[in-house]
Amino acid sequence: MLDRTQQISAASWKAERDIMSADADPDRARRFRDAALPHLDDVYTLAHYLMRNQADAEDAVQECYLRALRHFDSYRGPEIKPWLLAILRNVCKTEFARQSERPVAIERSDDHAPVEPPAWQEAQSSPEVELLRRHDAETIRRLIAALPPQFREAIVLRDINNLSYRQIAEVADLPVGTVMSRLARARSMLRAAWNAEEEPKP
Amino acid sequence: MNCSEADVLINALLDGELDAGHASDVEAHVASCHDCADKLASLRAVRVAMASAGLKEMAPAALRDRIERALPAASASPAGAPASIARRAAPWRLNRRVFAGGFAVGTALSAAVAATLLVAVVRDDRDQKIASEVVSAHLRSLQPGHLTDVETSDQHTVKPWFNGKLDVAPPVIDLTAEGFTLIGGRLDDIDGETAAALVYRRRHHVINLFVARHPGGEHARGGSEIHHGFNVRHWTDGGLDFWAVSDINAGELDEFCKKFTAAAHPAPSS
Repeated sequence: MLDRTQQISAASWKAERDIMSADADPDRARRFRDAALPHLDDVYTLAHYLMRNQADAEDAVQECYLRALRHFDSYRGPEIKPWLLAILRNVCKTEFARQSERPVAIERSDDHAPVEPPAWQEAQSSPEVELLRRHDAETIRRLIAALPPQFREAIVLRDINNLSYRQIAEVADLPVGTVMSRLARARSMLRAAWNAEEEPKP
Repeated sequence: MNCSEADVLINALLDGELDAGHASDVEAHVASCHDCADKLASLRAVRVAMASAGLKEMAPAALRDRIERALPAASASPAGAPASIARRAAPWRLNRRVFAGGFAVGTALSAAVAATLLVAVVRDDRDQKIASEVVSAHLRSLQPGHLTDVETSDQHTVKPWFNGKLDVAPPVIDLTAEGFTLIGGRLDDIDGETAAALVYRRRHHVINLFVARHPGGEHARGGSEIHHGFNVRHWTDGGLDFWAVSDINAGELDEFCKKFTAAAHPAPSS
């Protein structure tokens, strides 16, 4: 897997370098580095949660930075982080479409599909300490990974990448109202999944 | 507020995305509704658990290295500088004004529960900050003796008065014939920048039109909202940011903005 990744990336980066050296503009390249590289962890984080395996996430991030560099001239601010994340998201979508016909495609939206009512009522007696004790980080990661893509994306952008609603709307190309309802649904689903974990196993 | 409205707004409250007025509405509902109070507590617990789980990923060093080396600037960096060292450049400087950004995305309504309410109340922090500064400046101006520094309905007196006081030359337009009387101008402060305030009167209502230099790099945007009961309109034109604030109704304020921009561009253009 890693070999494949490295071969692909080596080839694509070489091609890109050739393109760049044609009219290399050190100032433009420096501006891109200074602007885009500080967000590498954020971009990788989203890729990690969207692709759900390291090799694909790394490929997606690399492709994202390639495209970002290529289109840096068309970037008009004001904030580069949502712009980079939007590119990453598009890369991941393309990747999903290419990879297979799996029904996990990010763009699939069934926001209005019926969903089990979240077990909020049972949550009354679960103080934070208790929650933390029972659910280690691995459990939380697993539950997030199990969310449908559009809800996973919303919760990762908000609660892990710390984007504002407006920035999430920009990244996911959605109205703010949809961002809000998806986020609410995502958290309901996550909470319901946690409650299910807490149920004693027969 | 009912529980289905509160359902989504509780999330927004937790995320600090509500303006003060709607935040207190949600808080009031939560205080009187056991179910929603439970939900808020539960959501807080989810957030605390997520925050303490350290869910953010670090890009693998090898990946960072590959990207660093492939960027053309790597060859321009000082000789011998190891390419694998992660450059932590200065954080991207945020443009101070994206006032209209929230409006732009907010105009497309979704079928989500209470969406019509949501788009009206959700604001980016900076959007909120500037909108609230504009309204505060408007309120300050209504204190006795604060409305105008130069009091005249003559646009040819108001315009030169701003000379040397600002780094921009605001268009000063008399709209008396259109039902909006120019009564003067003053200097004000919006988002830490000196701004021109043009003061108009419509019947017994005051309209403040704030004009400041638009920070470069952004396309013109526009938007409207209600902030603490005042209508606020924002638009960008010719490198300037405009904010119109008043307690007149939304339709009349829209009319004012339309008349003003039309008069600013005598030759029909869009």
